[in-house]
Amino acid sequence: MDQIFVTSKHWLVGFAPAQCQPIISAIISVVGIILVFAILFAITTILERKGLGRIQNRYGPNRVGPFGILQPVADGIKALIKEDIVPRTADSVVHFLAPLVLVAPVFLALAVVPMGRNMVAIDMDAGVLFFFAVGAATELSVFMAGWSSRNKYSLLGAMRAIAQMISYEVPLILSAVTVIMIAGSLSTVKIIEAQAGYAVGLPRWFVLTPWGLAGFILFMIAAAAESNRSPFDLPEGESEIIAGYYIDYSGFKFALFFLGEYIGMFAVSGLAITLFLGGWHAPFAFLSWIPSYFWFFGKLLALIAVFIWVRGTLPRLRMDQLMNFAWKFMLPMALINLVTAGIWHFLEPGISRWLICSFLVLGPYIMLARGLLQGSNVGKRIYRYAD
Amino acid sequence: MITLSILGLLTLTVAIAAMSLRNLVHCALALTVAFAGLAALYLQLDAQFVGFAQILVYIGAVAILIVFAILLTRGSETPQPSILSPSWLGGIAVAVLVFGVLAMTIVRSSVTGRHLPAAPQISVHQLGEQLMTKYLLPLEVIGLLLTAALIGAVIIAMQEKETK
Amino acid sequence: MFGEGIVKGMAETARNFLGSYVKEDRLTTVQYPEERLPQKEAARNFPFLVYDGDDWQAGMRCVACQICEKECPPQCIYITKSKDKKPDHAGKAQLYPAIFDIDISVCMSCQICVEVCPFDAIKMDTEFELSTGDRFGDLLQHKDELSKPNTYFRKLHPTEAAEADARLAAEKAKAETKAKADAEAKAKAAAGPKTFAAALAPALVK
Repeated sequence: MDQIFVTSKHWLVGFAPAQCQPIISAIISVVGIILVFAILFAITTILERKGLGRIQNRYGPNRVGPFGILQPVADGIKALIKEDIVPRTADSVVHFLAPLVLVAPVFLALAVVPMGRNMVAIDMDAGVLFFFAVGAATELSVFMAGWSSRNKYSLLGAMRAIAQMISYEVPLILSAVTVIMIAGSLSTVKIIEAQAGYAVGLPRWFVLTPWGLAGFILFMIAAAAESNRSPFDLPEGESEIIAGYYIDYSGFKFALFFLGEYIGMFAVSGLAITLFLGGWHAPFAFLSWIPSYFWFFGKLLALIAVFIWVRGTLPRLRMDQLMNFAWKFMLPMALINLVTAGIWHFLEPGISRWLICSFLVLGPYIMLARGLLQGSNVGKRIYRYAD
Repeated sequence: MITLSILGLLTLTVAIAAMSLRNLVHCALALTVAFAGLAALYLQLDAQFVGFAQILVYIGAVAILIVFAILLTRGSETPQPSILSPSWLGGIAVAVLVFGVLAMTIVRSSVTGRHLPAAPQISVHQLGEQLMTKYLLPLEVIGLLLTAALIGAVIIAMQEKETK
Repeated sequence: MFGEGIVKGMAETARNFLGSYVKEDRLTTVQYPEERLPQKEAARNFPFLVYDGDDWQAGMRCVACQICEKECPPQCIYITKSKDKKPDHAGKAQLYPAIFDIDISVCMSCQICVEVCPFDAIKMDTEFELSTGDRFGDLLQHKDELSKPNTYFRKLHPTEAAEADARLAAEKAKAETKAKADAEAKAKAAAGPKTFAAALAPALVK
């Protein structure tokens, strides 16, 4: 049951002549991934709207199907039949290529995330590096989208988006480097193998260690910032600059941007699950009869739910608050986390290393937090009236 | 061999386009594609780490830096007419001369004559080990250099704020 | 502590989310086409004509005085008087409108026609689901569409209807007493004068 997809793929590939079997195998994996994640994207849009609605004490969309589940179909049809408007002064080649440059790398990034036992599209030795390399290429599409409209406001949005993405890439990669250091390999499959097994009933995932928990939280925050997700959606700014750098896109291209953003969220959540949450391992030994892909997608849905929850809760961060947070808090935290992970590796297992590492993580956290709060002069509001 | 020539041709074409396009931002984007072509060449030669690092560093950071530099200085200008200086003949002559010298040196050197050993499979693990043992000093020096660059950038930015 | 506000906020939203499934009164949404909120008493949208009783033509209160037509700021009312008369609520013979059109695409719901009508004949309706496909024809409402019974008026605006009914009933009572007094006087006159002075009085007055 666990290997049903693997065996069915082998069976399908067996029909092809031996020479092109690798290509056919790769194509089947790719088609499978695209299908699954496109459907997951549709489900996520409706879950997000209904979830946000319930958080805000209202119903979400409930007209289209029973409980609104056919809403993504309606959205898709609307996006497809809308007129594709390209501003006359826009740079049409760059304008056309920007959504493609967004969507292609994020789908590429999904190729190294293992979705079950033996279920990774490509098992590369430098898998995590590939993931981050491809993620860095998405920033270029943001710039292309903002610049090609020849619109000062979308350009401004693009600049801020790129600044945000670059700033948050550093803590993202540093948190991942911590895990790579402990696991000893850049390959996602080996990182998951390093988290196998159970100790004292609890799984040996990296998130259940002091440095792992801090790293996981940092990674999640940086991931939210990377995919321009609330509370970091200043570039998108739904209520301020309408859509920021993709304001001049309509119809299917806008849907592609939307798709790219969400698939980016899935990809980075998938990597978080791989690095910190033990990939497709079950949380308890007695539950390991449930298939591995079920656990992977369950954890993915849980992380998506957390993203939606945070979106419904927190107000948007201002640009300077965002940058301060990245450079003055998250970067030092990530570096100290790296040192703590190293110390953890070299101490003997036991309660002492738990205490030492927890202290090493909490101490800087408190000090950095106080340093961050000192800059803000939040006092009583002063009213000035015209006399 | 086929992939090498296709990739090389693609990279060359895009690099020539990066030189000769009129719109400056188009040039920057063509340069980015040239970087991607280079990364593909590295990957084709089985150097995984260098290939991905090329994408991560060049496309993810250097290309964006170039783009920022263009935009913050002269992005809104209208496209210039193609720039061909009056002494382009001399320029081409110099380029041909240099290319001839380099090509002759490479062809006559011992590199192409000898039987090449099989390319070693370098893993990231080995790269890391070598960096930490044999090449530790260059690593630390580069780290120092980057720190100096960061501090310099911060100082420049800080001074601008103070004079405002 | 740093991050405390975030945690408290997320607990609050979680409570909202889970509570919205458990307690239905957290969700104040009115699912529009299936359920509607009741309108307030002073709500107004477009005018309608009131009629008493069951027959809308016989009980119509409007006497075609055309005051509302003249006072209407965007001039959306068009009235044509009838040639004959019909008795109103107090029994007196009044004209009635042969044509009474209101163009509700022009009407601005200012209620001036209601304020100036001396006969409590035109009142404000609260009906808002009037959208049609035909932009010009369907939004011109005629006498038959505009006439609605007094029971409907009482349901929409109870206090106003009570006042109007009281006034009309008072007028009707006054008219009846006057008619009775007239009838008595006529009966007395038909019976003949009792004294010489009473018989001479009409000639002296003239």
